Amino acid sequence: MDIRIRVNPIACDAYGYCAELLPELVTLDEWGYPVTNDGLVPAHLVELARQAARDCPRRAFLVKSAERTAGGSRR
Amino acid sequence: MTTVTTDDDHAPVLSSWRTSHRADLSAHLAHHGAPPLPAPGDRVRSDRFAHALEASGLTGRGGAAFPSAAKLRLLRSVGGAGTVVVNGMESEPASLKDRVLLTCVPHLVLDGAELTAVALGASRVVMCVAADHTDEARAVAHAVAERAGGPLAPVPVDVVSVPGGYVAGEESALAAAAGGRPGVPSFRPDKTVPLSVGRRPAIVHNAETLAHVALIARRGPDWFRSTGVPDAPGTCLVTVSGGVEHRGVYEIAMGTTLRHLVDDCRPTGAVTAVLVGGFGGAWVPATSLDTPFTPRALLEVGAIVGPGIVVVLTDETCGITETARIANYLAGESAGQCGPCVFGLPAIAADLWRLAGGGAGADTRAALERRFQVVVGRGACRHPDGAVRMAASALSVFAADAAAHAAGRPCAHWRRPSVLGPAVQQPWAGHGDFPGGRHRPHEQEVIGRWTSGSG
Repeated sequence: MDIRIRVNPIACDAYGYCAELLPELVTLDEWGYPVTNDGLVPAHLVELARQAARDCPRRAFLVKSAERTAGGSRR
Repeated sequence: MTTVTTDDDHAPVLSSWRTSHRADLSAHLAHHGAPPLPAPGDRVRSDRFAHALEASGLTGRGGAAFPSAAKLRLLRSVGGAGTVVVNGMESEPASLKDRVLLTCVPHLVLDGAELTAVALGASRVVMCVAADHTDEARAVAHAVAERAGGPLAPVPVDVVSVPGGYVAGEESALAAAAGGRPGVPSFRPDKTVPLSVGRRPAIVHNAETLAHVALIARRGPDWFRSTGVPDAPGTCLVTVSGGVEHRGVYEIAMGTTLRHLVDDCRPTGAVTAVLVGGFGGAWVPATSLDTPFTPRALLEVGAIVGPGIVVVLTDETCGITETARIANYLAGESAGQCGPCVFGLPAIAADLWRLAGGGAGADTRAALERRFQVVVGRGACRHPDGAVRMAASALSVFAADAAAHAAGRPCAHWRRPSVLGPAVQQPWAGHGDFPGGRHRPHEQEVIGRWTSGSG
């Protein structure tokens, strides 16, 4: 079971709390929107990721557990 | 009326129009015969329809080239669909094929929609036409009225006028519009979950796809596969425009080379590149014109089939400038929902415009490359991805021009009107501040009539 983060880009309003909490996984682009790369969360950061999801004012930061798939689909 | 030309006699989608120059139901039936519509609930014939589609290898003609049978299978696996949404929006500015389909062969499109609706147990077909495309809406409404209440209309068809715009044709946007909501893309983390209209699953098909469906149901998968190539069977409607004498909509066999298509349309100068797949497609250099028109072959040169679009660029025009114009248009067409698209596309357009005008600093190229990377994959829909694919291909295909412009030499052609049609002829809209203000072009006049092909 993989834990992945994902941003709903429609909901996101670039508050940036996620990048403050999780600089290991989230950087901000030049306009302040989060970049999450492949979104895979290492075990020791899972709790912080969940907190980031709770703290996001727009509920745009999503933490999902996903079955590990051969394709490793990002979507 | 738009003239339709074909490069050979095997153009089944447009054959009834070429034979009779009539779009009415009697001409349609005289030419094609009646569609084999199963009675609602006739599982056996619906299965036969699904198998024929599977064996045909038909892929969606709207842009994604997704196997049509797989789409049908997905909906059947969730118990069918409530609505069949037909995309006749012509959202790509360089496309005219929906206009041709809806005004010349509307009954073929409606046959395909009815066949699909019955196979999925749908209760409604929604035919989406862009709000400003009144000719198309009138033609389809007339065709719908001819069938209403008869055996060819087992499922009622609503012709819906949808506010247009580039992203209005995106499938989740169209499903939203068909359900009476604002037509903007939605966030779909799992694309294997079907779209819905109201509370029931919906299937969205491009108008051309349904025309092929109507023919496959009549003539069978083997007939369909007798044209085209094994990995891309059948024919395809392609709108050719730009620097050619014979602009228009062509029905070609899949696998026809770009060179064959472009040469047939009589280029007005030495061809430098072609834009394939639409404004979110990619530039293909003249050295790759022997590429066959199939999804796989085009992918190898970085392009897509898209909704069947080829824009020819000749040495009379600057590729970087045209790219900046397209990028500017695409920036203005963002649905305005996702930050990376809202801010990224105008930034990219402004960078490209600086480059085209010779006002780019040494850092512009680096900024572009960085922004391409950061924007891709970060929208709810693929709009920003397409814009980046197009822009990035320009920097590689027109590398020499880009280098010259970056060194401060604007292209000799950069003030010329665009060959891209009226969509990009508008005065530059107010998104993005083009810092090289002196390069801001004047309001451009339209050259080349866009509304009709010739030949």
